[in-house]
Amino acid sequence: MSAILIQQLVDGFAALMLLTSFALLAQHRMLSVLHWFAGQGLLLAATAAIVAYGTDNEELYISALMALLLKGMLLPWLLRRVIRQLHVHREVEPLMNSSMTMLVALGVTLFSFHIIQPIEKTSLLMTRDSMAIATACVLLGMLMMITRKKAITQVIGFLAVENALFFAAIGATNGMPLVVEIGIAFDVLIAALIFGLFFFQIRTTFDSLEVDTMNAHLIHKDDDE
Amino acid sequence: MNLFLATLLSPLLGGLLLALINNPRLAARLNVVTGISTFIFSVLLALEVLGVKSVDAMDGWFHLDAYNVFLVVLTAFVGMTTTIFSGPYMRHELENGRVNERRLRLYHSMFQLFQFGMLLGFTTNNIGVLWVSLELATLATVLLVSLYRTPASIAAAWKYFILCGMGIALALFGTVLVFFTSSAVLGHGNEALNWTALYAHAAQLDPAVMSIAFCFLMVGYGTKVGLAPMHAWLPDAHGEGPTPVSAVLSGLLLNLALYALVRCKMLVDGSTGTEMAGHIMMGFGLLSLAVSALSLHKQRDIKRMFSFSSIEHMALMTFAFGIGTSLATFAALLHMTVHSLVKSAIFFTVGHAAQAMGTQKMAEIRGLIRHHPGIGWGLLVGVAAIAGFPPFGVFTSEFLIFTAALESYPWTTVPLLLGLLVAMAGLFRFVQPMVYGETPDYAKHVHVNMTPVYIHLSLALLLGLAIPGFLADWYHQAAALITMVAPSAGGNA
Repeated sequence: MSAILIQQLVDGFAALMLLTSFALLAQHRMLSVLHWFAGQGLLLAATAAIVAYGTDNEELYISALMALLLKGMLLPWLLRRVIRQLHVHREVEPLMNSSMTMLVALGVTLFSFHIIQPIEKTSLLMTRDSMAIATACVLLGMLMMITRKKAITQVIGFLAVENALFFAAIGATNGMPLVVEIGIAFDVLIAALIFGLFFFQIRTTFDSLEVDTMNAHLIHKDDDE
Repeated sequence: MNLFLATLLSPLLGGLLLALINNPRLAARLNVVTGISTFIFSVLLALEVLGVKSVDAMDGWFHLDAYNVFLVVLTAFVGMTTTIFSGPYMRHELENGRVNERRLRLYHSMFQLFQFGMLLGFTTNNIGVLWVSLELATLATVLLVSLYRTPASIAAAWKYFILCGMGIALALFGTVLVFFTSSAVLGHGNEALNWTALYAHAAQLDPAVMSIAFCFLMVGYGTKVGLAPMHAWLPDAHGEGPTPVSAVLSGLLLNLALYALVRCKMLVDGSTGTEMAGHIMMGFGLLSLAVSALSLHKQRDIKRMFSFSSIEHMALMTFAFGIGTSLATFAALLHMTVHSLVKSAIFFTVGHAAQAMGTQKMAEIRGLIRHHPGIGWGLLVGVAAIAGFPPFGVFTSEFLIFTAALESYPWTTVPLLLGLLVAMAGLFRFVQPMVYGETPDYAKHVHVNMTPVYIHLSLALLLGLAIPGFLADWYHQAAALITMVAPSAGGNA
């Protein structure tokens, strides 16, 4: 494959990454959110594999494999089990309605392209265009965490941010050193396990997975007014 | 560097071993032994490193210099005294049924894992590994915060997890950006994430990218330092977790985050050649000082109140590191030491006070000095020390920070002084009635171990009266190291 073709492929994957980020924001049914999340994981693995092929970087194949197993399969499978066992198929009303969320998301994306501009000019890497998209995906994941009320969707938002960071690392810098990648993957795995543990604790303690119910226990600890 | 390996592996092995031990008495003892051995190794390591200024260990994967080896010793020391304190404290919690033996096992094991994460973060030479170890220390403490399994503690742990996860994700993005520019200079490998290599080539890094990276790193690590407006997790995590955990969160974990931030600032300064990073840190410092000083007055829970005092002091350090002169850096390092010592001593005392009164509500804690003079005096003296009364070390470091501020940015002394006074008023407003007055009927006799408190406070007193020569040298070395890459040196260090 020629370098141009690879760059076009990476750019194409970047566009798809942005699409999945928007889709995650727009979905309301828990399982659809999960499917898009799994799709994002597969997309990451494919991007990593393409960049690995293009740059002849063997370490990146390992990253691709880790992404495939962890983000494309294991995490979605774990979350699916949690959703089944806790019977939380429906997402409650988000804080903002869909069209409003989409408008804000659009603004966030434009903003990301704006702040990344000075970087794009300086880079010599073949995959520089993806940095702006990765930034947008990070911010969109955060937007998802803010606008959703259920603990599970917050976690998917968190993992989407993690995905976007992984994409930034492979798409924009051709992958971080392997030690760091493995360390990060390890942390994400542990975090996911703790999340899973928490879901059950939260459910048994609060009889609900809504964050507002939880925070009520902390708020009354504060001042009276 | 066998000593280095011993320092690092002692908490890791201790933690793994503690995961297997069910007997609470034995586990508490082993916990103390691990703490002591880590401390002894770290002191021997520090002596070795100080003799040769800086050392690379394990093929350059780890780097030790005056700055981080000093923090290693501090971490090991506070870790050790916390294990000594936690023995009787956790036994009391076990007897009162707040934890069971399984959770106590989790507690001991996670506590040592946390220590391991801290030491790894301080000693690693790789920005990426620093991030990983900070996350590791965070994850360990998340489990510790929710140890009691009460609704409030689970909610607090969730909040801590989500907010710090978010913050630390931003820091990772900043790290990716650093790698983005450094890999163009240093090649695409581990070299491009090494502090030593990065400092050597700081001037070649792209200033525009580094500026953007610093914004992400600032917000990311700033969340962990507990700077406003990202501080929402901190009071909840401190208030709901077991007291030994509050002590190490305040006294140690916040230091690691600030350490990471300062290392990043050194790098950005070297790249941009401006004082942008320092100014941002000063801004966050002043804002957090104001927010924490005002919030402190609204608290009703004793541990939450002192956690706001921690934010206040971290803000002060961030501000001082932001000024960036060698005097300010010296003061910030000294402040970091005395704050760790005094704040963990206060949390130890508060833990015993809460056990004696059976509550953390300040309105129900009364007459400590009559009930148990050790607790009462410990709290009073600790608060006097943290509020910055002479002759304690906090006074010295705050005085130095003021002097440094007056030299470089005279107008900042007004908000600084105001913030400190408001915070001090808040502390005494709450502590006075808790220490004096009639002892209520519900006060219980508890088995207390005040030795760690006395050790910490006398060390803080010693640092206030006269900083020993070797320690002053040490601070000077570290301060010189931190300010070396600052703009005045032209970034070609």
